[in-house]
Amino acid sequence: MALIQPDPTFYPSARDAMRAPKEELAYVALLDAEGQGRPDGLATIDLSNGSIVSVADMPNAGDELHHFGWNVCSAALCPYAPHPHVERRYLVLPGLRSSRIYVFDVKDDPRRPRLVKTIEPETVFEKTGYSRPHTVHCGTDAIYVSALGNVDGDAPGGVFTLDHDTFEPKGRWEADRGPQELHYDFWWHLGNDTMITSEWGTPNQIEAGPSLDLLVGRQYGHRLHVWDLTKRRHLQEIDLGDQHQMALELRPAHDPSKTHGFVNTVISVEDLSANIFTWYQENGVWKAKKIITIPAEPADADLLPEPLKQFGAVPPLVTDISLTLDDRILLVSCWGTGELKAYDVSEPFSPRETGSVRVGGIVGRAAHPAHPERALNGGPQMVEASRDGRRVYFSNSLYRSWDDVFYPDGVSSWIAKVDIGDDGSLTLDEDFFVDFASDGRRAHQIRLQGGDSSSDSYCFPS
Amino acid sequence: MNAPAGLMDLTSVLVLAGLGAFHGLNPAMGWLFAVALGLQERSRAAVLRALPPIVLGHAGSVLVTLALVSLARLAVPPKAVSYGVAAVVCGFGIWRIVRRRHPRWVGMRVTRWQLAGWSFLMATAHGAGLMVLPITLRGGHGAAVLASQSLLATAVHTVAMLSTVTAIALLVYEKLGVAVLRKAWFNLDLAWAVALVGAGAFAALT
Repeated sequence: MALIQPDPTFYPSARDAMRAPKEELAYVALLDAEGQGRPDGLATIDLSNGSIVSVADMPNAGDELHHFGWNVCSAALCPYAPHPHVERRYLVLPGLRSSRIYVFDVKDDPRRPRLVKTIEPETVFEKTGYSRPHTVHCGTDAIYVSALGNVDGDAPGGVFTLDHDTFEPKGRWEADRGPQELHYDFWWHLGNDTMITSEWGTPNQIEAGPSLDLLVGRQYGHRLHVWDLTKRRHLQEIDLGDQHQMALELRPAHDPSKTHGFVNTVISVEDLSANIFTWYQENGVWKAKKIITIPAEPADADLLPEPLKQFGAVPPLVTDISLTLDDRILLVSCWGTGELKAYDVSEPFSPRETGSVRVGGIVGRAAHPAHPERALNGGPQMVEASRDGRRVYFSNSLYRSWDDVFYPDGVSSWIAKVDIGDDGSLTLDEDFFVDFASDGRRAHQIRLQGGDSSSDSYCFPS
Repeated sequence: MNAPAGLMDLTSVLVLAGLGAFHGLNPAMGWLFAVALGLQERSRAAVLRALPPIVLGHAGSVLVTLALVSLARLAVPPKAVSYGVAAVVCGFGIWRIVRRRHPRWVGMRVTRWQLAGWSFLMATAHGAGLMVLPITLRGGHGAAVLASQSLLATAVHTVAMLSTVTAIALLVYEKLGVAVLRKAWFNLDLAWAVALVGAGAFAALT
């Protein structure tokens, strides 16, 4: 049903979106790690008290829900393909293992999302030639979904689109993929008609768990790819250096008149550090510069899981980053060391650390103030900032087979929250702790009702 | 009914101008694109630079529609043309109610030609020319008169549209800011479809 006025959650610019009302609900993908036939779930969290309001089970087991996104967002206001009267009411949830895609409606009862459509894996395979769908972004003309590999689990991975109205896969997005093979995340600079994509590994490289051989052989992804968004053509690749293994989350500036953004690399094979790069455009050429290095922390080998014992150190394993809508604060999840860091990146090449909190960690096992006696495992992982840039929510599970290597005692899942101060400092909310221990499944991506700092893109400058 | 001595009576001029203003008002017809391009470059001149291609693309779409029907009028009896136009315009209006479209062609970096082409496609997809068409079916015989009439109708429509898009684009760029869209971007799809059906009915009755 079309609206008379634009959906109230659409904002022309990121600056406008920062004035949005405070979020009340969060939707969280829950992953079953037992593999005994229990399905994954979509949890709804009441953010006023951190209670789990409901969990909708998927109709199938073994999907491995991971990332998900909205059917439409503020990009619907873009002037060249406007459709502002469509409602933001559907969550599109890909199964990273199964290649199945679910569509949930949150309008009728926002506290109890309802499954309205299932796209079976065979349809995804047949229409797109891809498998292992991952990131979902609402675009100006379609819903865009990334996929880690082809139907056989090999390269190339890429991007496909879903119809805005029917959610049916429309086919591969790329008209010319150039040298691009590996795939992970994607996002865009709408003001510059440019898409950026990143690299993790093929499904066959990652599904069995992290491989030391592939890592030492520098076989995981370490490049960014730059694309013409309207012509769907590969323009350029940016090699971050093959020592920087696994280039993951892409956070372009939300202001469409800027052409820089941030990407994390998980681990350096030279010193186990994690790194953040700024990509930017200079004289028509896209480049990237390393701006943050987070070093590994020395640790007693007895406290380390098998693959790390030989190094005597915990790698920070930066697995997710999030950028506030004013393009000012970059939040960095160190899943290995159990630390959430904040940097002021107003000057994109001169970041300044403004805050840090510790929860969990491979060695640290830092407790949360809500349960000071309880050692926590997992670490800050999927991180999401509220639209006003004041609150940050994060969960602690990465990816089933990788969780089990780095946290062999089994990740017990939780979500915590920090408040961001005016100066960019981080303070743990002592009263907010969502505990999934009794459910037993693991929390992954968190989406905030009405939008958050990685859900929407904008065509109008801030 | 026969046409007065001139090519067009005052009522027709007013209706054509009114439709021009109605089309110009619609953010999807181009003023919003001009504002976005201006904001991207932080330049009022960029807003104004974008308007002529947008208006010309729209005018092109209207002129093509009128010219095609004028050709038909040279070959087919007037009643047949009227009913044919009525059927097409009404049908298009109903189709607009049922089917929502997301035209995709350009992005934010556009040349003037692409902008004109985009505007031509948006106007055509929305049936801008069809809405104008019925008012031009009154009177007129012979190729020269019909050609002049098509050109004049397009000109009146275009001047009204140009005035409207310029005024709104500058008002939003200078004063209101694009946040005004959140409340003021009313869904014109239904009004647009109703106007098309009305125009079709008018064609059948004249």
